[in-house]
Amino acid sequence: MTTEAAIAPAAAEPFVPGAPPPAPLRLDVWRGIADDNPVMIQMLGLCPTMAISNQVSNGLGMGAATIFVLVCSSFLISLLRKVIPAEVRLATYILIIATFVTIADLVMQAYSPVLSKTLGPFVPLIVVNCIILGRAEAFAGKVGPLRAVADAIGMGLGFLLALLIMCAFREVVGSGMFLGHPLFGPNYEPWVFMIMPPGGFLTMGLMFLAMGWWGERKKALLKKAVA
Amino acid sequence: MSGHSHHGAPPEPAAPSEQQDQTPAEGSSSARLLFTLGFFGALAGSLLAFTYQKTLPAIQKFAGEKVEVAVMEVLGAPPKLDTLYLIGDKLSRTPPAGVIPGDAIKLFIGIDAKGERMGVAVEEVAPGFASDVRLMVGFNPSTGALTGFKVLSQTETPGLGDKIEKDTAFASRFTGKIALPLKGTKSVTTDPSTVQTITGATISSKAVIKVINKAVETWKPRLEAFEKEGGK
Repeated sequence: MTTEAAIAPAAAEPFVPGAPPPAPLRLDVWRGIADDNPVMIQMLGLCPTMAISNQVSNGLGMGAATIFVLVCSSFLISLLRKVIPAEVRLATYILIIATFVTIADLVMQAYSPVLSKTLGPFVPLIVVNCIILGRAEAFAGKVGPLRAVADAIGMGLGFLLALLIMCAFREVVGSGMFLGHPLFGPNYEPWVFMIMPPGGFLTMGLMFLAMGWWGERKKALLKKAVA
Repeated sequence: MSGHSHHGAPPEPAAPSEQQDQTPAEGSSSARLLFTLGFFGALAGSLLAFTYQKTLPAIQKFAGEKVEVAVMEVLGAPPKLDTLYLIGDKLSRTPPAGVIPGDAIKLFIGIDAKGERMGVAVEEVAPGFASDVRLMVGFNPSTGALTGFKVLSQTETPGLGDKIEKDTAFASRFTGKIALPLKGTKSVTTDPSTVQTITGATISSKAVIKVINKAVETWKPRLEAFEKEGGK
């Protein structure tokens, strides 16, 4: 025990098993938006994405609430990572996350009641959104507060981006509107199917298909450039 | 473990706890686990209590405004409103003791400029297709004729069932109908006791009719009993 401590005393930050490799803050932010997008690449948080993505206003509200919870909880968890014993870390993380979710829910009820009503149970359900607990366990609990916040902002923006893609497509096709403004005039018959749950599955499938096609194309171009 | 209490100082200084994080296999003492969870629980509790108290006035204000707007709408904007409170199964002019005025069950009476009663508005609820449908129902208590209704809350199927709230043409079909009781039909009708339901939202439409019938059935006798006793 004492010999072990004597062997590796030099590093300023003690070694944490499973910690992410060091990276500049800019990359920590960018990773969540693109390379490790929580919805499109990690396939996390699909339930709220599917459930509330039939209106752009819902996506904005859900995205904002999630970013608030993600940033606050990541910051606090990172700050307290040396105080929280490993045995009860998940319980503590959930407690911290649930507190911020309840705050977001109450604030939304007080200052944006209409949005709070349309999002319904999905605001309190942010507590069980895998993206947040996932980032707490994989990132925030293992790095300093600055990196944790950068990562949370990136992941939050990535979630918002995926939500907005889904919401915009479903609202335009399914209700003929964007942010509540009619787009096509009175003769457009909305494809109601698209704002119902099956439309959510279809849109998500199309989005993943487009992602896959884009990834394959990028790979092919890279191969061509090398050859 | 009870030995800790003799020291007076925190059971574990900060330095060894860092080492424990590096070697989780060692394990932390139960006292430290309990202390950590208890501490975060207390912190979370106080933060929530603070937020709750800060947001409560705004939340209650909005709920009150929403009810008032609905009452005005279903009664056709009466210049004066009278409020009666339900205590047990009887109406009273005074609010029930020990209840916040916002939480009491109320009947609103719309009174026009000449002092005549225009109609009454009450809140009523019944199960729909996917959720409880809660309405503010306005009607004339002497004839049973509807002055209007407004959806206060529902989470019916988007695009189909939620037309009971979003389709204004549906709400206008009810005005002037006589709810003694009201029935639904699939075709256009001029009969005062039947109303046309929405295609694709039959169950949600019928829930609206159910709520309206329930409102008139339960509140009309209550008001009659109240007036018989002299309206005190």
